[in-house]
Amino acid sequence: MRITCPICGERDRREFYYVGDAVALERPDADAPPEAWHGYIHLRDNPCGVTRDLWYHEQGCAAWLVVTRNTATHEVLGVALASDEKGEAR
Amino acid sequence: MVELAPKSPLAGLVPVTVGRMTLTEVDLGRLTSVAPYRGRDEGLSEALKAAHGIAAPEPGRVTGRVAARASGRDEACAIWFGQRMFLLAGADPDPALAQYAALSDQSDGWACARIQGRGATQVLARLTPIDLRPAAFRRGHTARTELQHMAASITRLGEDDYLILVFRALAGTLVQDVRQAMQGVAARGGG
Amino acid sequence: MRIGGEGPIGRGRRIGFTFDGRAYQGLAGDTLASALLANGVRVMGRSFKYHRPRGVMTAGSEEPNALVTVGRGGLQEPNLRATQLELHEGLAARSQNRWPSLTFDILALNDLASPFFGAGFYYKTFMWPRAFWERVYEPMIRRAAGLGALSGAPSDLRVEKAWAHCDLLVIGAGPAGLMAALTAARAGADVIIADEDTRPGGRLNAETIEVDGVPGRDWAAEITAELSGMDNVRVMTRTTVTGAYDGGTYGALERLAPEVAARPGAPRECFWRIVARRAVLAAGALERPIAFANNDRPGVMMAGAVRAYVNRWCVSPGRSVAVFGNNSDAHRTVADLLAAGVHVSALIDARHDATCSLDVPFYPGAQVSNAHGRCGLEAVSILTPSGEEKIEAECLAMSGGWNPSVHLTCHMNGRPDWREDIAAFVPRPGAVPGLVAAGVARGDFSTRACLQGGVAAAREALTALGRTAPEIDIPGAEDSRYDITPIWSVPGRGRAWLDFQNDVTVKDVRLAAQENFRSVEHMKRYTTQGMAPDQGKNSNVNALAVLADATGRAIAETGTTTFRPPYVPVSIAAMGVGGRGKGFAPQRLTTSHELSVARGAPMIEAGLWYRPSYFPAPGESHWRQSCDREVLMVRNAVGVTDVSTLGKIDIQGPDAAALLDLVYANTFSTLKPGRVRYGLMLREDGHVMDDGTTARLGENQYLMTTTTAAAGLVMRHLEFVHQCLRPDWDVRMVSVTENWAQFAIAGPKSAELLNGLLDAPVADADWPFMSCGPVSVGGVGARLFRISFSGERGYELAVPARYGEALFRELVARAEPLGGGPYGMEALNVLRIEKGFITHAEIHGRTTAFDIGMGGMVSKAKDCIGKAAAARPGLSGEEREQLVGLKPVGTVKMLVPGAHLFEEGAEAVSDNSQGYITSAAFSPTLGHFLGLGFLRNGRARHGQRVRMVDHLKGVVAICEVQDPVQYDRDGGRMRG
Repeated sequence: MRITCPICGERDRREFYYVGDAVALERPDADAPPEAWHGYIHLRDNPCGVTRDLWYHEQGCAAWLVVTRNTATHEVLGVALASDEKGEAR
Repeated sequence: MVELAPKSPLAGLVPVTVGRMTLTEVDLGRLTSVAPYRGRDEGLSEALKAAHGIAAPEPGRVTGRVAARASGRDEACAIWFGQRMFLLAGADPDPALAQYAALSDQSDGWACARIQGRGATQVLARLTPIDLRPAAFRRGHTARTELQHMAASITRLGEDDYLILVFRALAGTLVQDVRQAMQGVAARGGG
Repeated sequence: MRIGGEGPIGRGRRIGFTFDGRAYQGLAGDTLASALLANGVRVMGRSFKYHRPRGVMTAGSEEPNALVTVGRGGLQEPNLRATQLELHEGLAARSQNRWPSLTFDILALNDLASPFFGAGFYYKTFMWPRAFWERVYEPMIRRAAGLGALSGAPSDLRVEKAWAHCDLLVIGAGPAGLMAALTAARAGADVIIADEDTRPGGRLNAETIEVDGVPGRDWAAEITAELSGMDNVRVMTRTTVTGAYDGGTYGALERLAPEVAARPGAPRECFWRIVARRAVLAAGALERPIAFANNDRPGVMMAGAVRAYVNRWCVSPGRSVAVFGNNSDAHRTVADLLAAGVHVSALIDARHDATCSLDVPFYPGAQVSNAHGRCGLEAVSILTPSGEEKIEAECLAMSGGWNPSVHLTCHMNGRPDWREDIAAFVPRPGAVPGLVAAGVARGDFSTRACLQGGVAAAREALTALGRTAPEIDIPGAEDSRYDITPIWSVPGRGRAWLDFQNDVTVKDVRLAAQENFRSVEHMKRYTTQGMAPDQGKNSNVNALAVLADATGRAIAETGTTTFRPPYVPVSIAAMGVGGRGKGFAPQRLTTSHELSVARGAPMIEAGLWYRPSYFPAPGESHWRQSCDREVLMVRNAVGVTDVSTLGKIDIQGPDAAALLDLVYANTFSTLKPGRVRYGLMLREDGHVMDDGTTARLGENQYLMTTTTAAAGLVMRHLEFVHQCLRPDWDVRMVSVTENWAQFAIAGPKSAELLNGLLDAPVADADWPFMSCGPVSVGGVGARLFRISFSGERGYELAVPARYGEALFRELVARAEPLGGGPYGMEALNVLRIEKGFITHAEIHGRTTAFDIGMGGMVSKAKDCIGKAAAARPGLSGEEREQLVGLKPVGTVKMLVPGAHLFEEGAEAVSDNSQGYITSAAFSPTLGHFLGLGFLRNGRARHGQRVRMVDHLKGVVAICEVQDPVQYDRDGGRMRG
């Protein structure tokens, strides 16, 4: 698998650390109800198709990345800096 | 007063010569990681130019003459070192830089090695997954990547000439891994 | 036997080798298989299950029968294909799966009992009694069945791995591959062309076909020379592309030439990972056998292999050869044999309408029904439209047609398409992104079509790469039509082999269908067809055709099993190159490492780091003696230990304090510069992640320490919190772990030791407990922290790492006159257990701040990672197992980590478990064992007795529950 880091360019997947669904970006407010926290910490979709994951370019530039990819075809559809994605969300 | 004798990371481990290739230790002088604060990148680059005569490097690039610095010339250079961070080498950082960037002394944190000689590229191809073809990784290009299982900084100084930085504590593993790869390349007649 | 001819073998260079101890001679360019055939050796192996004598069948990597072992001990390699093993001086090969010898094998009795040994025999027979499964049946079956064996010694075979990158990877260097490579190379693309043979050319090396008016192999050599001379081309021979993976990554196994592998420092094999923007699959095709009774007799070979041995290696596999086929290749085989002067006893063509222009006995519409001769073919029986005949032959060249090598196109879940006209599967376009098939691999069989197909595939790739394809002339070559009438098995009595390597016959597949294993995947698993090292290369299509017939379905409907990587067997050593001993993981060595080793300290792993376990003094023969001495040394005088391995993260910026307040459960924004605070870090799920001390070096600068084990994890976590949760914060962080050598100086005499060393002494008034600041040692700028992990007055002194070794030497030398010295991890562990300080033994991922008695540290005034989740019901309260101290009070005076805790009278079963011990050690300070552990509602049970049971070691001890801090509870010694 190859991931194109927006900073370093295309690299082999072994340089990256995988953490899981990009829902981790959407941390609830401190006083959010338990259901919101439950969803944030535990609930994950398991799509056959397009998904958004968080990857960490640990052996590279140390950027956290949002990788959009297809779990069925393994196609990587897009890679963005998590800090940019987050910036848009806010 | 007690006297503490310094010891360099690769002392006693290099030079290693196999075929036409050599692995040596490089003294890059003072090393400082420079990480600009939010929105201070331009100011930092200006201050860097004013104080040290070099611009802040773009991702994957160096500024200044790294090869000359690696050969012992007393001049400053900068090696891109990660997301919004570079390594200032060969100069005491100007105090003015601190208002633009977080500065951390890294002078003792890295084993700095240089591999040179015909076959050096093939040796690295046995250790790192990055594309080392001349068109993709030119002289003056630098990468943070993996060297065997180690996080490393690799900078191309020439056709078969590279600067390699790994954690100081990994110096022994670096030498062992590079030596083994050198032997394999040399045995094939490649170096 | 060797015959005349122009094949590219070194007639002048004789090479001595042995097979099963007997000496032979071959020629340069021979494989072991061709050399053995030249020497008249026909039996090269025994079959997997029935121990039937077997001869070589093919001339390539798909060989199912001629597997041999070479080397001894750590250099032993089993299951090497004789067809690929390059002959070299001194090669000593041994046959496999026979006893006592290849020609006389006791277990060949299995063959006589074969009526009982069909598919499913083992499943049905070895059912009862259950106790026999592992003790009797499995060892018995393993002894009887199998191929080569490992020596049991650690492997000394040297292998390496390497990366390569290119614009176009061409897989296979036959006519299609060579033309594809040439086209792309002339367009300026970076090209890698890989072929598993020792010389490029593919079938051109084995045929008498001409290309461009010259012999095909000369043309191939010419093109190869041109390619090899180009800077943008890498020609990789002896290299099998084994797998296609995501993102244009391909695995490839290179076997180095014997003369190169023999050089000092040279690897035997290299496992390549090739990253290619585009790829052309020009891997050719594999010829398939025809199933008839006893079609596994030595001497029954693939027709294409017979042509290869005759044309390339100038070897005839027999004095007289019969040829049997269902396609035009049978005629080509006869022509080549006749041209080479080999006697052809019959041409048996299953096609009724076939005609023959060659001067041999010709049997159109006939089929071979049986083969005779146990250790070597003597004759074949044929069924002709007019009856049965017996024809003498020492070799039968058979061709059931060709299967394009579609394997790589299926590695990413692709399925091949069935083409009726050629009776074969072909790759489905687009099955592997960026890869196109060309030539025979695509189902184009004529040489001319291959040459054209290679150019076309390269053009397609070049267009995708944004390059312009050059004008290129297609060389002239034969353009004959491939004509085939499929036959899969010849009816008749006797066992007809489909899978030679796993001994699977037509009857087995029919039985599978009869027992309702109708899916091809079920049939495969029931019969083991396709599960041997050749992965069904010789048998898949035939077997599923037989299954289709038995189940009354079409082949396309029956489908194939899944082809998975690797295409050829790859040793574990090649996959996990060098991952043993020092190559297993990088070794992180502290600056005090050499001095510690010189003092005889055994080093233990802590993550990638190595730390001293203890420092044996003269006269000490047991680690406990050293450990006890070191503990008392710290308690009574002073000890020195290297703590450089703890993670150190420099955090700077206007929002540094805000970041720390978010990642730590407790508050750091209130910490004053020059002070240090203990911090507890939670995961978002409310459990403890890590702990450590963090110093505030300046208004906007903190230095965080992490545990040794979690340094990387914490760094990643901090970056996550910053980049993914609060990218708006202006904060920067970088690891400075490696930049500093840091030593703990602990004990009542620590200040005395320290002040003898520092350029200016430190006084308690300026340096209270939990303070920090810059100091100077021998003119070197250093950092001093007044912190303690031992419970004694303690300091940690950090210097730039280049001075680490010198400082450690100095500290130890100055500690010894004070009655102190270095201490290791064992003593460090005892000291902290006495004090109830936790490590990852306690914060093991399932404990909360409440559990370890630090619930109060979770600040109510601010948010922090893990705060919301830690407040969930069930994560605090009486039902939780809480941190306690334990000491043995019964007759057994020992505690064991991992042991469970029970009520005194309760039965020691899991339902009754009240908790467990996480750390235990003998405390020389207190004179008895001490433990830390978790006990249900433990904090309310101080003074009670519980029973510790270790079922593994068989230790039972009564202990008293107490406060985790078992020494100096008020901390007076630490604060000084």
